[in-house]
Amino acid sequence: MVSEEKETILWEVFIQPKNGLSHRHCGSIHAPDREMAILSARNVYSRRGEGQSIWVVRSIDIVSSDPDEKEETFSSDDKIYRHPTFYDVPDDVGHM
Amino acid sequence: MARKQNEKIVSLEEFQEKIDRDEKIEPKDSMPEAYRKTLIRQIGQHAHSEVVGMLPEGNWITRAPTLRRKLSLLAKVQDEAGHGLYLYCAAETLGKSRMEMTQELLSGKAKYSSIFNYPTPTWADIGAIGWLVDGAAIMNQIPLCRCSYGPYARAMIRICKEESFHQRQGYEIMLTLAKGTKAQKEMAQRALNRWWWPSVMMFGPNDADSPNTENSVKWKIKRYTNDELRQKFVDAIVPQAEKIGLTVPDKDLKWDKKRNNGKGGYAYGEINWDEFWRVVRGDGPMNKERISAKQKAWNEGSWVRAAAHAHALKKQTALQAAE
Repeated sequence: MVSEEKETILWEVFIQPKNGLSHRHCGSIHAPDREMAILSARNVYSRRGEGQSIWVVRSIDIVSSDPDEKEETFSSDDKIYRHPTFYDVPDDVGHM
Repeated sequence: MARKQNEKIVSLEEFQEKIDRDEKIEPKDSMPEAYRKTLIRQIGQHAHSEVVGMLPEGNWITRAPTLRRKLSLLAKVQDEAGHGLYLYCAAETLGKSRMEMTQELLSGKAKYSSIFNYPTPTWADIGAIGWLVDGAAIMNQIPLCRCSYGPYARAMIRICKEESFHQRQGYEIMLTLAKGTKAQKEMAQRALNRWWWPSVMMFGPNDADSPNTENSVKWKIKRYTNDELRQKFVDAIVPQAEKIGLTVPDKDLKWDKKRNNGKGGYAYGEINWDEFWRVVRGDGPMNKERISAKQKAWNEGSWVRAAAHAHALKKQTALQAAE
């Protein structure tokens, strides 16, 4: 019976397409341990040479910021001096 | 394990404004319960369809006529398994566990696309499935790449990229048979006759009879209605059939210059909705076989899952002992 079986661990999968690019999240996978997670992640997320390196991380180990506090956490509207356009430079100085 | 959801209540107006600004919704964002439920149902059914969709084609892997065809079919069926997994993973982000979804499929509670409750008696059926069924699926899925729910949209982008090979391999099978002997051409025509109407029905009931459409369009889960997508499908397939000398089995099919806002399109005959609802309710030619095949696979795979868990536990214990 299905219900007697326990849920396998959920892993988030990150794939690096090639050297020079970062690993990028592409989905999740169920597997009982890390070796099987890597193996399944390869079969599910890289059937057409999408990557050359895979990371798997247990989903419960990912710590995330609170989406309801986006404004408090990420607002930078009051710090416009952090952007290059804040500074006036004469046009004839050219590209800077 | 189910992920923890954001339980903060969001007002419908606030949520709608966000949708109207074309902002995507991500798993931890607060969302109305009805939006979550609609998505869980739709993504779950979609995932089950991919998984059950392996069965009619799997039927022909050992009997594919050439090694080339066998390789393609194996790759296609493996893709369908992958697509099922992408989608289960998207549904899980909404708080429904994989085990729960599996259970609903095996018990017959969950629905999947009725198209997979039809049999594949000949090799030409494999061609017809790739061409028509995957063709209809692509028509449905391309707009879903822009769906408001981020994980679903991302899964659909991967899926659509992979599906185009599916349709091409199906059409190539039909083309080859249509150019073959008289018997082969007839086999292709009969497969088209069998799969045409069920494929046209894949888009679901007419808009007037589709209660879920309104909210889904409003929430940008769906971008087109069932009838709009059906029209696109018919318009795309009819010339493809003509090209290989096969006839779409609809005597009412004719060019209608008023369709598609005056751009023209094909008018098509009455759909047999009684048949559609009969198959949805479980009384199609293969409903029972499909579910029992899934139950058999689940039961026979039970020792594999148990062994995988035991192996993981053994290694973990050995690792702890070494530390």
